Amino acid sequence: MTRLPILKMVLAVIVFGTVQSVILLQFNWFGDEASTAAKPIDTLLDVTIIISSFIFAIVCVALGYALIKWRAKPGDESDGLPIHGNTRLEIIWTIIPVIIVLGLAGYSWAVLDDIEKTDSNALHINAYAQQFAWTFGYPEDGNKWSEGELHVPVDRQVIFDLQAQDVIHSFWVPEWRIKKDAVPGLETEVIVTPDKEGTYSLICAELCGLGHTTMRATVVVESEAKYKAWLNKQTTQVPEDILKTTNQYEADQLKKEEQSGGIEGSGVIEQ
Amino acid sequence: MAAAIRQPGWYRGAIGLVLGAAFGFCLVVGLRLLSGLDAFQTEQTGYPQVIVPLITAPFGFLFGFGAFDYWFRWAAGKPTIPEDHSGHGATKWQDYFKFNTDHKVIGTQYVVTTLFFFLIGGLLALLMRAELAQPGTQIVAANTFNGLFSTHAVVMIFLFIIPVFAGLANYVLPLMIGAPDMAFPRLNALSFWLLPIAGIIFLGSFLAPGGSFDAGWTGYAPLSTGAPLGQTFFNIGVQFAGASSIATALNFLVTIITMRAPGMNLWRMPLLVWANLSTSLLVVGATPFVAGAQFMVFFDRILGMNFFNFLEGGDVISYQHIFWFYSHPAVYIMMLPGFGIISEIISTHARKPVFGYRLMALALIGIVVLSYSVWAHHMFVAGMFSWLRVPIMITTMLIAVPTGIKVFSWLGTLFYGKIHTYSTAMLFALAFIITFTVGGISGVMLGMIPIDIHVSDTYFVVAHIHFVLFGGSVFTIFAGIYHWFPKMTGRMYDERLGRIHFWGTLVGTWMTFIPMHWIGMDGMPRRVADYASQYGDWNLLISVSAFVLGAVQLVFLYNMIVSWRFGPKAGPNPWRANSIEWQVSSPPPVFNFDEIPRVVGGPYEYGTPGARHAIMGGEGEGAEVPETKPSTVTVPS
Ligand code: HEM
Ligand SMILES: [Cu+2]
Ligand SMILES: [Cu+2]
Repeated sequence: MTRLPILKMVLAVIVFGTVQSVILLQFNWFGDEASTAAKPIDTLLDVTIIISSFIFAIVCVALGYALIKWRAKPGDESDGLPIHGNTRLEIIWTIIPVIIVLGLAGYSWAVLDDIEKTDSNALHINAYAQQFAWTFGYPEDGNKWSEGELHVPVDRQVIFDLQAQDVIHSFWVPEWRIKKDAVPGLETEVIVTPDKEGTYSLICAELCGLGHTTMRATVVVESEAKYKAWLNKQTTQVPEDILKTTNQYEADQLKKEEQSGGIEGSGVIEQ
Repeated sequence: MAAAIRQPGWYRGAIGLVLGAAFGFCLVVGLRLLSGLDAFQTEQTGYPQVIVPLITAPFGFLFGFGAFDYWFRWAAGKPTIPEDHSGHGATKWQDYFKFNTDHKVIGTQYVVTTLFFFLIGGLLALLMRAELAQPGTQIVAANTFNGLFSTHAVVMIFLFIIPVFAGLANYVLPLMIGAPDMAFPRLNALSFWLLPIAGIIFLGSFLAPGGSFDAGWTGYAPLSTGAPLGQTFFNIGVQFAGASSIATALNFLVTIITMRAPGMNLWRMPLLVWANLSTSLLVVGATPFVAGAQFMVFFDRILGMNFFNFLEGGDVISYQHIFWFYSHPAVYIMMLPGFGIISEIISTHARKPVFGYRLMALALIGIVVLSYSVWAHHMFVAGMFSWLRVPIMITTMLIAVPTGIKVFSWLGTLFYGKIHTYSTAMLFALAFIITFTVGGISGVMLGMIPIDIHVSDTYFVVAHIHFVLFGGSVFTIFAGIYHWFPKMTGRMYDERLGRIHFWGTLVGTWMTFIPMHWIGMDGMPRRVADYASQYGDWNLLISVSAFVLGAVQLVFLYNMIVSWRFGPKAGPNPWRANSIEWQVSSPPPVFNFDEIPRVVGGPYEYGTPGARHAIMGGEGEGAEVPETKPSTVTVPS
């Protein structure tokens, strides 16, 4: 039995993996970064790309080597070596992947914690989703209302309270790297700190019916002063009926409680 | 004629179908009239006069077709013939269109039927790719488009990938374990006949007012609870497909547990058998959940219940928990049988025992156990309890470990082997290793919450599922069909055409699905009929590649059909494989074995002179072959 050229194979994996990582890291896969969450997420992606490149390289090199080295000659009817396994090797390729994935999971957890930290002076904005449009309420500024266009100040944390009126929608601004479903009857929120002025698209990412493809809104990130100026120009307020459907269940529940003098059923609204 | 009508078969089946439909229809209309309502109700979530017949007609057909004759006779206390083999085996092509109880006939019925649905699902996909080739609207409007991707996925998942594996295993598994048939042949036949019924219901939804179901294969409430009539067709179709899968899984479990040939202990079972044991454990545990989820939607729609109606205190997100509690295991239901196929093929064509056989079997069981604990990774952005996310991320990423064990062990099997690549089956098996690795890697990336938050519901997910389902499952299905084609038909297929199919499929798969990762990461959402113009070029490339990929499948179909009829005779064991199905004639005799084989060693004893897996009946009483022990050579390290 020939000895395996372990050293050569390791070298091949290193070369293959390095070249692949270097090429893949040239691209800005997730697109422009426009929130404080984008940096750590993109770094996490880069780390994952490097690790994945080496794993892919191991598989390719092993398969390629086996095919070059042990391809049967035509007409060769003999068998390979009766090797049934190797306990040490099997333990290695169980334990090392465990360590890698747990490492990546730990790192992901840290990033997750980081991007979901809330600020005490965060700005609250309501995002109402309905088939097939986004509208926004600004409760901290007289409950002003804007349709299809969202304005936020730069460099200040914003917490969007998502309210779905009919079916599930999903709030996604690719440059912010955040996404969260708006679920009827449930309060969900998006935490984000935009850190780059500009105009972006808010995309509905959850299939919501016929107009799903076109359910988008414009997002304008601008300086605090411009933001205030824009708000001042807005004249409409969040209409009553939007608030009503959103809070319909709560209202009904309250009425029932008043009538029966006690709480029937638990609140399904709160998460 | 009168006799033909009394005999089980197509005549009686057709009459049963009509009577069943009439019964359901009259029941609804009668009850409605009695209660003083209009005869018909045509709200889009209603239509009881259509829905109830949709349930009763298939049963009428099955009664007529003879699916229940034996059971009813038995239940009524009439004399039954336990050894009645009239519905067993096939001597002419018409026998494939009967309620046949032979596992080999059923296996063939499954494979042919599911390939037909593969074709339909493929055509639906190409329609979508034609629409997506350029930004803007090409050939279909948005509402049709939603119907296309929904039916495409449902046909591919419920009518192709899941059942084709059941079909292949139906054919080879009893042979592999030395059993004369499956444990419950009549249940087996019933399982098969539920499939075309499910297919007709799914595709029939195109005729419903409002068009086919269009809330995605995931059918999230409340989009699905308020959708037009087609959605109810989906709810009902899933029940038939699900019942078929569950019955088959029970059948496999009992067959594997009780019908192994003497000497076939657990550690001598081929890995294909292990794989189907694991798959069946997933099916019986998880499939009831999808049935339940669809029943709840059905009840919300038809009976005005409020499981998912938030205005009446329903809980919208619970649908997703129930759905994914099935549908994550389902992705492994669609992969584990393929793992089994790959182990058989690689070992046979590399002329070497599977590396780390026991760990390979344990990895399958590990995947089964973990599969039940990861469902919520499909819900990281769904607004579910935030505390559930990290635990689910950890279990999700841990699934990569047993999956990795499988990949590394296949590679280990190749080392020091004698690798033969003349067979298309082996080419697909080798390509599977690489392509599936890409899908596994993107899976791990999706399991990492911060990454998933960005790429969930984008084309990146579409790329992932197609790398694991096309590059994974479908490659293993092709490998399996090529590998067992000589066994099933007794003839060889054309390797030259096979190679054209292989290279076309490999290149087509990568060209179609790799760019989807890129546009998804860059911001293109999934399930859209149109997109920002900057993705136009990539989408054009994807569409062109998809059409090439589709066209190459015609080579496969041509090869299979022509070779089945005219291919050269294959002989019992063209691949010189060890497992039992190759030790009988091709195709095997009606009852598989004259005498049940005796298993004396592991299934992959290549390279050990004189080692045997099984001693076949015909070899005479005198043939005293000692029990073989696996040799103990190990890799030098
Ligand atoms: C290493 C193993 C795998 C991991 C860690 C993994 C992980 C994931 C995750 C986290 C998602 C959810 C993405 C999202 O919607 O945001 C997903 C989606 C999916 N995966 Fe996997 N996966 C793996 C292997 C597989 C396999 C083997 C299959 C099937 C053969 C599969 C089929 C699917 C499908 C069909 C979806 C999409 C479902 C949908 O939303 O329509 N995956 N996977
Ligand atoms: Cu949407
Ligand atoms: Cu999953």
